[in-house]
Amino acid sequence: MSDVVLEAVGLEKRFTRRRLFAADTVVRAVNGVDLAVRRGETYAIVGESGCGKSTMARLLLTLMRPSGGTVLYEGRDTAGMSDRELRALRRDLQVIFQDPFSSLNPQMSVGALIEEPLRVHGIGTAAERRATAAAMLARVGLRPEHADRYPHEFSGGQRQRIGIARALVTGPKVVIGDEPVSALDVSIQAQVINILAALKAEMGLTLVLIAHDLAVIRHMADRVAVMYLGEIVEEAPADDLFARPAHPYTAALMAAIPIPETGARAPAATLEGEPPNPVAPPPGCRFHPRCPHARDNCRTDHPALRELGDRRVACHYAEELTLPGIAAGTQRRAPAVERRFALLDARTQDNDRGERP
Amino acid sequence: MTAVDPVALEPGLDAPDLPPRRSRAWAKLRRNPAAIAGGGIVLFFAVVALLAPVLPVPGPAEADWSAVRAAPSLAHPFGTDDLGRDVLARMVWGAQASLLAGVVSVAIALALGVPLGMLAGYRRGWTDAVISRFTEALLAAPFLILAIAFAAFLGPSLTNAMIAIGLSAMPLFVRLARGQTMAVMTEDYVESARAIGVGHLATVGRYVLPNIVPPLLVQATLTIATAIIAEASLSFLGLGQQPPAPSWGSMLNVAKNYLEVAPWMALWPGIAIFLVVLGFNLLGDGLRDALDPRDL
Repeated sequence: MSDVVLEAVGLEKRFTRRRLFAADTVVRAVNGVDLAVRRGETYAIVGESGCGKSTMARLLLTLMRPSGGTVLYEGRDTAGMSDRELRALRRDLQVIFQDPFSSLNPQMSVGALIEEPLRVHGIGTAAERRATAAAMLARVGLRPEHADRYPHEFSGGQRQRIGIARALVTGPKVVIGDEPVSALDVSIQAQVINILAALKAEMGLTLVLIAHDLAVIRHMADRVAVMYLGEIVEEAPADDLFARPAHPYTAALMAAIPIPETGARAPAATLEGEPPNPVAPPPGCRFHPRCPHARDNCRTDHPALRELGDRRVACHYAEELTLPGIAAGTQRRAPAVERRFALLDARTQDNDRGERP
Repeated sequence: MTAVDPVALEPGLDAPDLPPRRSRAWAKLRRNPAAIAGGGIVLFFAVVALLAPVLPVPGPAEADWSAVRAAPSLAHPFGTDDLGRDVLARMVWGAQASLLAGVVSVAIALALGVPLGMLAGYRRGWTDAVISRFTEALLAAPFLILAIAFAAFLGPSLTNAMIAIGLSAMPLFVRLARGQTMAVMTEDYVESARAIGVGHLATVGRYVLPNIVPPLLVQATLTIATAIIAEASLSFLGLGQQPPAPSWGSMLNVAKNYLEVAPWMALWPGIAIFLVVLGFNLLGDGLRDALDPRDL
């Protein structure tokens, strides 16, 4: 499998809280995840807040040591790497953070922020680094003279551009976006998504996108993994997933996409209740307390993630269930949802022409 | 690439070109009248202290037995003390000891306390436990008692008094630096430093330290005041400036016995300490604002 660039094998992360007069509580934030990201694709990980997406991002970035399992980068096991080797890896494996306001050091100028990765990895002379940073600024739509300014002088969208420039300046192979646009306005989201898409094509990046916004994911992703309580419940090519979800949780997520239309009603089949307490996950299928299709064995038998065509799904009844997707024309709700996608597309195209919406 | 530019320039970014940071900080400082006043006060006393040998004043230990506790006059503009020494002369010479005691001891406290505090806040775990317990043990003793103990241990001299005060003030800075470091460590930008592969030392130097300087600066200017007073107390016990050499603190200590008959003995050193402390505080506030890039 030479086309797999980033791979997780049985990845696990437990957070233990020790208490003096009670049993330790253990949260399994990521619980035995296997996934393989192929070179050049956009792989999205989606799920509700608290499902372990962000922990997953940090594990994949090797910013956090797993409790079990391992991350392979280009076939090399990162578990045995020293701190020095891991640091060297960061030239190829980069991250775009969610919050553009807290992810840039307020004490460093924009130029220093963007040059820093080059300096850390000993790339080029000081003058070359300055030139590279200036070029990078231009590629994310800022001016080279902005290098002397400080992050607080920029808006959220501009800061995220700076964050992208900082992440991409070393020419990484894999970039992990941890909710890269969720902190931004919808119109700014489209701009930032465009920059990411353009730079991805230009630099041949592999993109791992952590997100909760299905509209963004559908717009960008080639393959999608759906996480629930620290486990992958479904993984499929994006088009298939949106057309025919195989796991009831995936279907429920799609039903919950808000419809930007006056008088639109919240869809009937949205999820009830909160995700269960991850300290004490339910037995059997972890989704069964909220699943409209749950049967007896769902309450006792934990379904394994199994192959089903070119997708993977963790549901006992994946073959029998016919769940509503949101591909155009296939379902009653689809037209309205399509309008939201169309809106995003329209904004994207406006921005392509250099106009502001 | 296609014909359209997908990465459109955002308009509205054409703010006037700003000068680089260092000169910007300097310009900001100069525009702040309070900081200029504070700097002026500090500068004035520093110059007086440095010029003590050439200023036209009597020696600090020259006694005029015909004018003991004399009120201010033309001969003695600030009056004389209980041994007939010129108060103005002692003020001028005492400025050296007092300013040194304030600045040097705080410098010692900063130099020892900030690295220890940042180490504790950065490493956490047992490193933090050891440093914190040690700090708390020091903090459990009253500041002055601790300074007296150190000074007594080191032996009586102005230098040892400064070291003793510095050591006693150190736990304050350990604790402040530790807390601030912990707060900064939760910021995404520290994680971003790790994510691009910045080493530990560089992370502390470029990400943690610059972001914890403002509260440290304020604490340092306040502690200078405490240190000047502490030097006075040590002098009173014979552990600081050795008589007959003057310091403002030791002058105050003697003067308190004669408050009713010779109030000028206390007035001038009191005013001087007040002004120096005010000057350092104003300067510290101004520096803090000037060094903050978020504040234009």
